Amino acid sequence: MSTLDPEAALEEQIARWRSYLRRRQALLPVDVAELEDHLRESIAGLRAGGLSAEEAFLVGVRRLGGVDALSREFAREHSDRLWKQLLLTDAEAAGGDQTRGRQEAAVALGLAVGAGVAVKVPAFFGLALGDENAAFYARNAALFVLPFLVLFFGWKRRLAPAALVWPAVAGGAAALLANLYPFRTTGDTLGLFALHLPIALWLGVGVAYAGGRWAQGNARMDFIRFSGELFIYYVLIALGGGVLIGSTAMTFKAIGLDAGHFIGYWLVPCGAAGAVVVASWLVEAKQSVVENMAPVLTRVFTPLFACVLLSFLVTLVATGRGVDQAREVLIGFDALLIIVLGLLLYAVSARDPQAPPGTFDVLQLVLVAGALLADGVALWAIAVRIQEFGFTPNRLAGLGLNGVLLVNLGWSAVLYARFLRGRGPFAALERWQTAYLPVYAVWAGLVAVVFPPLFGFR
Amino acid sequence: MDLGKDLIAASSTPIVLALLAEGDSYGYAILLRVRESSGGRMEWTDGMLYPVLHRLERLGHIEARWETAATGRRRKYYRITAQGRQQLEEERRQWQAVDATLRSLWRAVAAPAPFPKTTPPQEAGA
Repeated sequence: MSTLDPEAALEEQIARWRSYLRRRQALLPVDVAELEDHLRESIAGLRAGGLSAEEAFLVGVRRLGGVDALSREFAREHSDRLWKQLLLTDAEAAGGDQTRGRQEAAVALGLAVGAGVAVKVPAFFGLALGDENAAFYARNAALFVLPFLVLFFGWKRRLAPAALVWPAVAGGAAALLANLYPFRTTGDTLGLFALHLPIALWLGVGVAYAGGRWAQGNARMDFIRFSGELFIYYVLIALGGGVLIGSTAMTFKAIGLDAGHFIGYWLVPCGAAGAVVVASWLVEAKQSVVENMAPVLTRVFTPLFACVLLSFLVTLVATGRGVDQAREVLIGFDALLIIVLGLLLYAVSARDPQAPPGTFDVLQLVLVAGALLADGVALWAIAVRIQEFGFTPNRLAGLGLNGVLLVNLGWSAVLYARFLRGRGPFAALERWQTAYLPVYAVWAGLVAVVFPPLFGFR
Repeated sequence: MDLGKDLIAASSTPIVLALLAEGDSYGYAILLRVRESSGGRMEWTDGMLYPVLHRLERLGHIEARWETAATGRRRKYYRITAQGRQQLEEERRQWQAVDATLRSLWRAVAAPAPFPKTTPPQEAGA
């Protein structure tokens, strides 16, 4: 640095000091700008008094006071800032370009309205929302919402239309299959299709979300974080929506009107579709504003699930009870593996890969190993019976999902154990999880596309 | 000399308001004026001035605006409001009351050793 000219070196030091201050929650960018102006004046004064650039910088920073003390003082005056407030855009938080932020809000709300309207469009072609067309809406549910989400990210990431070709092709193919497959209205394969199609298409959202960086591990990890936060936001919005529905029904009932039709045919379906886009926009907007919730919930529930699994295994061994072979058991264990995988995924997503192994990591491994053991016991019990009953679509889908999850968790356990014994980096686990993402989509796509013809659309 | 923390905090409001009553100013210039007019007796940590300014702004005693200097740097200027002037008057009355009380007490104590540095310059001979 001494070879640089003093002005450049000074600028570099000021830049580093600025970025250091910016990390303080109590200091907004405008405050940092104000302090920087002060620092520059102070340095200029000191240099006029004969100090070198470097000396002047050191004295100037010293006079401003320690960063900790400074941010404490700012926090005392602006205590509200510690409760991060929702600013509608990152740009707004940075004190910068606000038009883009307003545009984004307008685009998001417009697309949310679009999704809400899309739900009602089939009704104008004689496919009224209701029990008689339930199968149609179940098959197409994802197609009402996800295109708008893809468009939103396409706009936000300023993607070239060419980048959205694959999501568009996938969506078009899905729309064709959904409406050309001769499903039976109450068949198993229809339910499987409706359940698996959104999961397969979610990959398309991921591609749009990543904005051309889908091949990179950290972009995929961001998408995992986004998905978790979106889920939490959606649940919260749904809770609020429930209150809204209750109020609507109650107030109209008070004047002798039944709002049931409006609620059932407009408020709920349009709201549920639009809320996905709104929730996505909020997740993006508050990214830097609010603590991510998924990792917090992970911290709370990982020890609890580990305890439950351990006590289950101990009880199983101690009592020698056999696992019930009912169909629900398989679904139950699939759900358990999904939960464990979710806990693992969101613990991984929030962990500093550089940090050394800690107690929580051991707990995580115990959780995964416990889940694997419990699932192994259940699978063994079910496999014995499945030969007697033969393969139904649901049973095969459940078994396949179990396999997909088992492979992921099994290898995760190996990688985690290696990491705990200091034989491998934590990043290997991260890479494994991000590389595995397409597998879920491929499996879900397989179930949606191949199962119906395979089982004769029953 | 080191003034107590509480005393600095309590006196910062009238000092800043009085300086801004002279004319609009910005952080660094305010600080220089404080140093100058106190003859170096009051040492503020530079950064602590800003939370004070922001508090006065929030209370409506002063208002801020950003201006771009000839050098292209943006600078935040502060201006005292009508309400701020009232507050300054009020502060002045309060501080004069404290000052008057202390003065009569200093005489009563009649300390044998004078404290040249603790008394303001205009009454150094009292």
